[in-house]
Amino acid sequence: MNLEIILFVIFGTIAAVSSILMITRSNPVISALFLVLNFASLAGLYLLLHAQFIAVAQVIVYAGAIMVLFLFVIMLLKPEHDKLFSTYPLIKKFAIVIGILVFIQLAYMIFLTKPSSTENPSIQASIKAGTIEQIGLELYSNYILPFEAAGYLLLAATIGALVLAKKKFE
Amino acid sequence: MMIPIEYYLILSAFMFIVGVTGVLTRRNAIIVFMSIELMLNSANLTLVAFSSYLGNSVGQLFVFFVMTVAAAEAAVGLAIIIAIFRNKLTMNIDEINILKW
Repeated sequence: MNLEIILFVIFGTIAAVSSILMITRSNPVISALFLVLNFASLAGLYLLLHAQFIAVAQVIVYAGAIMVLFLFVIMLLKPEHDKLFSTYPLIKKFAIVIGILVFIQLAYMIFLTKPSSTENPSIQASIKAGTIEQIGLELYSNYILPFEAAGYLLLAATIGALVLAKKKFE
Repeated sequence: MMIPIEYYLILSAFMFIVGVTGVLTRRNAIIVFMSIELMLNSANLTLVAFSSYLGNSVGQLFVFFVMTVAAAEAAVGLAIIIAIFRNKLTMNIDEINILKW
């Protein structure tokens, strides 16, 4: 057992268990905190994959900004403990059966196609691909147009959120 | 790179399925939104895993754009939830059916 496998098991277990706990807790605040834990363990997995920039952005943007926004909204509105699941009990069973079936299908396809047999990962190339230097180079040369579009998207989202949350609509 | 990429893909598929189940079963609109974030993150994990194993940084660029879209979606979606809560005093999506014919 080397360190990489041990860290993968730890972070993967935390991510899987906290995602299940997230959808089964009745209190929305506890759900949101488990989602933060899930995002933090995902940042650890990104570090294991040598994606330094994405790991830092994950902690800052997701676990920091987006989840604080969620927690603000949950605490501003009235939390509802009582009705955990739908009033139609058939939907719950149906969703769980569909989920298990689709997961078996995905796992079968992943192990059938064996993506690890066709590629030979080199650690040097992987480390180089994850540095902020390489990502910034791609972002400001080949992908400058999507970058500008992302800026306009954020502007539109800011204005839209202000307009929607400002006053009551009749 | 000791770990085969299948393990990351299985973990990502599992988190995606948990997100789908959360969207289908939970009735609190905010939990539904958080499940959507979970699904976006599982897709991000797949993108980063392939990007790292292929030594190509374009996959991580896509993760960057997915994060942008997720931030915009969270802001607008939470604003919509606040607006609906002001009108109907509920977050249960079974009771928010004004668009249902």
